[in-house]
Amino acid sequence: MENIFTQWFGDNLLTYILIPVPIIAYVSVFALYAVLAERKISAWMQNRIGPNRTDKFGLLQTILDAVKLMQKELILPSRRDNLYFRMAPYIVFTAAFMGYAVLPFSSVFIGVDLNLGLFYFFAITSIGVVGVLMAGWASNNKYSLFGGMRTVAQIVSYEIPTALSAIVVVMLAGTLSMQKFALIQSGGIFNWYIFGGPGSPIKIIIIPIMVVSAVLLFLSTLAETNRTPFDLTEADSELVAGVHIEYSGMMFAMFFFAEYAQMFAVSGIVTTLFLGGWQSPFGELIPFLNTPVFQVFWFLAKGLSLVFVQIWLRWTLPRVRIDQLMTMCWKFFIPIALVNLFLIGLYIIFA
Amino acid sequence: MAELRTEELTINMGPQHPSTHGVLRLVLTLNGEIVTNVKPVLGYLHRCFEKHAEAMTYPQVIPYTDRMDYLNSMSNELAYVLAVEKLLGIEIPERVEYIRVIMAELQRIASHLVAIGTYGNDAGAFTPFLYCFMDREKVLELFEMVCGARLLYNYIWVGGLSHDITPEFITKTKEFIKYFRPRIKQVNNLLSYNKIFIERTANIGMLPQDVAVNAGVSGPTLRGSGVKYDLRKEDPYSIYNKFDFDVCVGTGEYGTVGDCWNRYIVRAYEMEQSLRIIEQALDSIPEGDVHSAVPKRVKPVAGESYVRTESPKGELGYYIISDGSLNPYRVKARSTSFCNLSVINQISRGHMIADVVMILGSFDIVLGCIDR
Repeated sequence: MENIFTQWFGDNLLTYILIPVPIIAYVSVFALYAVLAERKISAWMQNRIGPNRTDKFGLLQTILDAVKLMQKELILPSRRDNLYFRMAPYIVFTAAFMGYAVLPFSSVFIGVDLNLGLFYFFAITSIGVVGVLMAGWASNNKYSLFGGMRTVAQIVSYEIPTALSAIVVVMLAGTLSMQKFALIQSGGIFNWYIFGGPGSPIKIIIIPIMVVSAVLLFLSTLAETNRTPFDLTEADSELVAGVHIEYSGMMFAMFFFAEYAQMFAVSGIVTTLFLGGWQSPFGELIPFLNTPVFQVFWFLAKGLSLVFVQIWLRWTLPRVRIDQLMTMCWKFFIPIALVNLFLIGLYIIFA
Repeated sequence: MAELRTEELTINMGPQHPSTHGVLRLVLTLNGEIVTNVKPVLGYLHRCFEKHAEAMTYPQVIPYTDRMDYLNSMSNELAYVLAVEKLLGIEIPERVEYIRVIMAELQRIASHLVAIGTYGNDAGAFTPFLYCFMDREKVLELFEMVCGARLLYNYIWVGGLSHDITPEFITKTKEFIKYFRPRIKQVNNLLSYNKIFIERTANIGMLPQDVAVNAGVSGPTLRGSGVKYDLRKEDPYSIYNKFDFDVCVGTGEYGTVGDCWNRYIVRAYEMEQSLRIIEQALDSIPEGDVHSAVPKRVKPVAGESYVRTESPKGELGYYIISDGSLNPYRVKARSTSFCNLSVINQISRGHMIADVVMILGSFDIVLGCIDR
């Protein structure tokens, strides 16, 4: 499928400069309002009011917070590793943002429809680990170093179950292109991969496997984004703030921004793989709801619901310990993912 | 390749750290994430309470006791006042005793709520923390109703109380009991029986009975190790022998008796028992005057007295020596948190850095009480 920008402006340099603009705009607005949403949702869960001083419902809160952070002096630790210290936030942020390149927002809009889209996504988001490790090391702070080391162990481990549960869909769909994942799941809610994907009624037998895979993928990506209950990078009750400890002002905001950007990026992946991407749940019944503009709506609605679940989990659950986190990954997630993979393989051969 | 050098890492946890419950400094020696030694460094909140007390008259010391363990001021006042009254040898009206017990038990609930809430916060669950503080707020409102203050009351006086309670207070307290019973269950469901929380606390920081007894550990920390020892039963002071309540010990429902989870859950059980005591006290409270026994001048004869009470955190004792003047010659407080903290090195060795936070939280220390 052609990108709408290519149709409008032709296949030239201007097009490729313009394509990221709506994505950047979306990520910025999302990150700002996700912070507000998180604060409002947590307030609602805890019988508080939440931000309400700036504009109606605190709508300007995070914008003003960002403005404040920009004005702040950058307090740099004197014995830092200057280059790495300054580079780290940008690497983390860039890595989080670059994942958006392959998220299919609509059938006519995707940053770039790589034929290795999913692979690209996992590869590029892993670069963020380097940034976190750099930040932990360059801060010259023992707590930061602990946070950095934990993150590396955590993210590198959790990439395996993430990839393994994603491969289940790759095997069924026979592609790695993000746009094709969404295209294949056309025809209503029961053709989504969480319900076994399109195909004959015999697919009912794989629905449990797909549901388990979807949950695994969601939990592993949650661990990759370092959100509670897996936020051992920050672990405010043990490591104070982990890798963020020495960062101030806009550099801190970059980390913060990256976290929220990543929250939606991983939700986008789960949405595309298991929840039909931009497909309307009504399929061909109401064709009007499957037009490109509505596709954007469906994609965002599904992604944001998953973001809500992330926020919900964060304000409900305690944090796990680092060894429990690893146990969970290596002794439960990976074996379950492997079994799923094996069963799906059998299904593909025999069905 | 030459062998890589490894060394133990020394890390300062505190005095400014989110989960050392105040200005405690722990010098941790770490082997990777494993703790090999914990050295508590105290004194960041030292205010010379005991020395100050020597320069003041007996009633003037009461507000200072408030500031010792600022989360259970009522219990501190009660212990001190009982010690002074023992020196004076005065008879206390029945009504005063009842009100004191009600206040001490309400304070126990408030203190345990903070302990449970902050413990959840240490584990990374922020929501139960706010739920607990919401309920504590109701207790503080009751205190505010009787004495105007919310944290440092100066309510229990030598020989009496600063104010009598009103009938409104009694109805409000009954309402609170009705409201609070289901809330304990709610917090338990949200936090105590949460799988992750149990994983974090069960079998962590085992405190064996003999170690606990030898180190002078008391209160819920001791009872978490399965020792059924509560001064309200063992050595009843005030009128605690009139009430029917159970001494809660760690049951080993999850984990083993003596671990963090059992120390923690004792507090949740105890709140239930405190409600029972308050209910009984409210039903049988006699009429009377709370000021009748308050002496004009507190001037005990030369001598000494020691009174120990079961404060929410454990055994709180005041040892007072009088030389017959208006000021105490010496006041010594047997601080609960200080003794409880003394076992931390022994029980946190070999655990991970995250567990030290959980172990420290399970003692429910207050630095105002440790440093005095």
